[in-house]
Amino acid sequence: MKRFTPIERFAHRSITVLMLILIATAAALYIPDISVLIGNRGIVKTIHSVSGFLLPIPLIIAIAFPVFRMNMRELNRFHPHDFAWLKRADSASIAPEMSNPEPVYGKFNAGQKLNAAFSFGAILIMFATGMVMFFSSLFTDDIRTGATFVHDWLTLVIVIVLTGHIYMAMKDTQARMGMRTGEVTRGWAQKHHPQWAAVNSGSGAPEPEVHPVDKDQT
Amino acid sequence: MESKGSPVGRRVILGMVGLGALGVVFGRQLNSAVSDTVASTLPELGAIIPAAGGFRIYTVTNGYPEMSQADYRLTVGGAVSSPLNLSFADLESLPQTSMTKDFQCVTGWRVDNVPWSGVLMSDLLAVAGAPPTAIALTIDSFDGAYTESLTMEQAIRPDVLIATSMYGKPVTREHGGPVRLLVAPMYGYKSLKWLSNIDVVDSVIPGYWEQRGYDIDAWVGQSNGRSDEPVT
Repeated sequence: MKRFTPIERFAHRSITVLMLILIATAAALYIPDISVLIGNRGIVKTIHSVSGFLLPIPLIIAIAFPVFRMNMRELNRFHPHDFAWLKRADSASIAPEMSNPEPVYGKFNAGQKLNAAFSFGAILIMFATGMVMFFSSLFTDDIRTGATFVHDWLTLVIVIVLTGHIYMAMKDTQARMGMRTGEVTRGWAQKHHPQWAAVNSGSGAPEPEVHPVDKDQT
Repeated sequence: MESKGSPVGRRVILGMVGLGALGVVFGRQLNSAVSDTVASTLPELGAIIPAAGGFRIYTVTNGYPEMSQADYRLTVGGAVSSPLNLSFADLESLPQTSMTKDFQCVTGWRVDNVPWSGVLMSDLLAVAGAPPTAIALTIDSFDGAYTESLTMEQAIRPDVLIATSMYGKPVTREHGGPVRLLVAPMYGYKSLKWLSNIDVVDSVIPGYWEQRGYDIDAWVGQSNGRSDEPVT
């Protein structure tokens, strides 16, 4: 069944490509051992800046589509079951034999919601501090040093969160399929997002005993 | 059936933006605090995460050049009475000077108290017989791309060094070894790495980054729109 429309996948795919370019060029600009391997500081710096300027564009385009705005609304809102999900120590587990499964209502679980909020906030901050560094002559050196400080350290946090994001995706073929092709199987949807599956297939409430805790984090 | 729920996503984003703004405003102090803490507890970290206070390695070519001390040559030419072609050992036989200076990059990072030693530019120019009327130097790197400029007045300052040693050891390849320039009172881009040639010329010829918009006179705290503390 349909999980992601082309515009959602376009946004995810373009941001993925830009983020990978940004992280690779950041490593070449920043980590001494990689800097000396790659060199070419002028070119690497230009690629990094251009990709940074492009990064918000897929988001802006996607926000023009109602389906994307609906996702944003849903990702924003936390319900009691989301807090319950976060409190479970085994939320991230994919063990199918969960003794006390916490059904995930809606299209996204709480982990995905937090990841989306973090990603959005991180893009805002990296873009803003990147602009300060790019148009550096417009700012006092205190602000520039501060922007560099935030840009540098947030990069490390982003890499850690992104590694977690990829790790969770690697554990769930269906979740990756949903983002790559837009389609997931009905079984996967009923198991991981029962309410969403029910609403979208119009087949009524799913079987209660097939609700092991959700864990995909794509 | 369900309430609208709480806008946690929005709170996370606003919280991040708030923290980010605080980080920008107080980043300078935070940066110093982090560098000091790392330097006193885990100095190796700076080499892996430069934000923790280490050098960042800049090179403008493919990778960076390699040369042994045995193969190294430094030529001094242009308007001098006795052009030089020196080996590493020749440099070591000239009067040696040591100094400990902060290294400040124009992009914002700084490494405090770096010990250097080598031959003062003024001593080298005296040996080559640069005339008192000379105007400027052009300086070349054996990376084949990087160049720098100094006025003669700047070049003969007592804090401009042909460095053969850094932190008490030979200058490593990534830091510009075997021989690099140290222009201590200016931003790091003046301190050309992998030094190979110095010409005495009659006008200032802008160097690599200066052709790309950086100030030619790169005094720390007084150029490139910055106002850093002067280096010590």
